[in-house]
Amino acid sequence: MKYQSRVIFGSGIIFSLIIGWFFFPMVLFKSESQPLQYNHKIHTGEQAGISCEDCHVIDTDGRFHGIPTVAKCAECHSSQLGTSENEKILVEQYVLPNLEIPWRIYSLQPDNAYFSHVTHVRLGQLKCEECHGTHGSSEQLRIFQVNRISGYSRDIWNASFSGMQNKSREGMKMDDCIQCHEQRGRKDGCIACHK
Amino acid sequence: MNSSNEKKSRYGMIIDLDRCNGCGACTVACAIENNVPPAQNKTNIKTGITWMQVYHVSNNESFPKSDTVFVPMFCQQCEEETPCVTVCPQNAVEVDPATGIVGQIPQRCLGCRYCMAACPYHARYFNWWDPQWSEGMKKQLNPDVAPRMRGVVEKCNFCQGRLHAAKAKAAAQGKKEIDPVEYIPACVESCPMQAITFGDLADETSTVSQSAKNKDTFRFLSRLGTEPKVHFHSEKSWVRDMAEKTLTRSKKEIVHG
Repeated sequence: MKYQSRVIFGSGIIFSLIIGWFFFPMVLFKSESQPLQYNHKIHTGEQAGISCEDCHVIDTDGRFHGIPTVAKCAECHSSQLGTSENEKILVEQYVLPNLEIPWRIYSLQPDNAYFSHVTHVRLGQLKCEECHGTHGSSEQLRIFQVNRISGYSRDIWNASFSGMQNKSREGMKMDDCIQCHEQRGRKDGCIACHK
Repeated sequence: MNSSNEKKSRYGMIIDLDRCNGCGACTVACAIENNVPPAQNKTNIKTGITWMQVYHVSNNESFPKSDTVFVPMFCQQCEEETPCVTVCPQNAVEVDPATGIVGQIPQRCLGCRYCMAACPYHARYFNWWDPQWSEGMKKQLNPDVAPRMRGVVEKCNFCQGRLHAAKAKAAAQGKKEIDPVEYIPACVESCPMQAITFGDLADETSTVSQSAKNKDTFRFLSRLGTEPKVHFHSEKSWVRDMAEKTLTRSKKEIVHG
């Protein structure tokens, strides 16, 4: 065969890429599910009509409260409103005993990274959707993939392992911050984003 | 949006040495604010971490001419030819373009301690051990300041965590400029003698930029030309003269540099 060595070489490369891009991440990341499934679409849609900032509050000091406390959920769900299984878990396991839900946080960053939602939203005029995409109308919470070595979410690195991405700013690495800041002509020092 | 349109600040301090009574409240407030771990048993004067240290200086005269002064010494935030920035092989130190604060990035630091040798003020400290807090102390850690790890250098950064908080508060009200009263470092806040004044030297109307022009205001080792942004004030001439003094060296030491 004339091309035998090339075929072997090419298939070897493809085989290695499949191992590296599809199977190696399974070794590196451990998949964990959230304590209960939260449906953003029901809450933000016509039925309930809640806006992002109703639950993900920015207070008067400019601090972002991120994931709401169970007391916020209890404002509506003090007793079960519907028939869904997830709401039953919420009311029985968390609202009634007044325990916080141990959500796995996709955006958890190392201690030295500083990010202020309020400066991006109020001064930078960014819409929630520009960074968070269609998260506000999602019906399911994604599987939480945790890096076995560092303990941080795979979302920090960006879901694509190949480094190729369709949308810009998918990840939450320093390069992603710098890319957006440079596009907007900002010249910031280290301490602007580090504490 | 563009940072070039934004106002550039140059934060600085004036410390009135005639007011300082050496109580050390600033050193404690600094350590608490910036998550400086308590000293371990094996720590000594060389290996401890004291971002802010109060020196006791005497004029070496006999009574009735004897006089002493307490000098709080910490990072002087050099503006020009900043020695630590110049020597760092890791780019782990930089003068922040927007605020003039000399920032240290511990994650980049490789622990060579070249900056500690270069610093004319001995204001940099090395983490010889991993920080250890006893169980109750962990609850009082400041969430706005990242704790450092073993093997890196750290120093005063004008409580930049408070600057972040002040900026966030201003942004919540839709303002780009912070309210000067919102950003005050811990040492300034804690001083019972109100000996320390903090503010923006780039702002002509601020108290610090006015006081910096006073004839009794001086800077330590200003002849080095590093333009430190921490100023001192004293009406006593021997205190002002002390600022340019260095330890006398023997002839042999001078020959060998």
